[in-house]
Amino acid sequence: MKVSCQECDKELNVPDDAVKGEIVTCPDCGSDFEIASVNKSEVELKPAEKVGEDWGE
Amino acid sequence: MAKTGENELSDICIVYDRVRWEEKELFEKATKLGHTAKLIDGKTLSVSTHDGSVSNGFGDIVLQRCVSHYRGLYLTACFEFLDMKVINSYMVAEVCGNKLLTSLYLSKHNVPTPKTHFAFGPEVAADVAGKLGYPVVLKPIVGSWGRMVIPVKDKDVMESMIEMREEMPNPLSKIYYIQDYVERPPRDIRTIVVGDKVVTAIYRYSAEGEWRTNIARGGKAELCPITKELEDICIKASKAVGGGVLGVDLMEDENEGLLVHEINNTVEFRGASSVSTKDIAAEIINYAARMAR
Repeated sequence: MKVSCQECDKELNVPDDAVKGEIVTCPDCGSDFEIASVNKSEVELKPAEKVGEDWGE
Repeated sequence: MAKTGENELSDICIVYDRVRWEEKELFEKATKLGHTAKLIDGKTLSVSTHDGSVSNGFGDIVLQRCVSHYRGLYLTACFEFLDMKVINSYMVAEVCGNKLLTSLYLSKHNVPTPKTHFAFGPEVAADVAGKLGYPVVLKPIVGSWGRMVIPVKDKDVMESMIEMREEMPNPLSKIYYIQDYVERPPRDIRTIVVGDKVVTAIYRYSAEGEWRTNIARGGKAELCPITKELEDICIKASKAVGGGVLGVDLMEDENEGLLVHEINNTVEFRGASSVSTKDIAAEIINYAARMAR
């Protein structure tokens, strides 16, 4: 699935088995996006949460 | 809860805030095993003291898998308030998410662990490190993936670290967790403990030019044999913090043998799965289904 990067507008490839909540990174500008929804071949992104100090295992 | 043949099927809810490989694997495995599984975004949830209906729709048991420690911790508190079953429990999350508490619990339960010292002000932190003798290891109390874990080689570095920590806005940065430096091979051991079983163990080798062994820091995984000694220590460590689905990390001290230095509450197992012969996700799902009964 293809979608435009919300930061640099370059085309981003999202794997077909991607699910809502997964993170995709723009290979061009490095911005992280969270998959907001997947509907058939349509994928919607939203900016991913910034890594927090308390993140981890 | 449905029943098919001899297998009790459960409704398992995976609460996430970003779907990593592990959450996807858990979801797919649960579905494959015949359970009903759903993924719920923790960032979309709200809980009220006067509305118990929030608990509807989470099924028989929740696997709390948030990347944010505090989000996961307080969601767990709310789930337990609503009488929902959660893996892991609030107390386990509280202890494992805090290195100071983990060290206290391990030591209290006679689990071999590195000697660790806690200092509650900048001067006493410098004194403690000086008396121990350098190098020492300075760690944040809350944090993961080896972030801000620093080998402090001498007094000058310690003083710089203290100055930096005192300037940080987070009040936890002013509590100093100082650990003896353990002479070990360039690897540590990650075990995945599910209930009373050590499912798998891997060696994690540091990436080139890196001191820390975290897979998140580029560390490489290799299968580690589960000896009786390793198994006993891991089970004891897991019980010490309350049990559940845990990542128990150990170092091989050249003098003292195996030492547990950390226990992870929302364990990542992608690295372990890449070399393990065990189906880690299936073990976790089977455990969750048993706990749901």
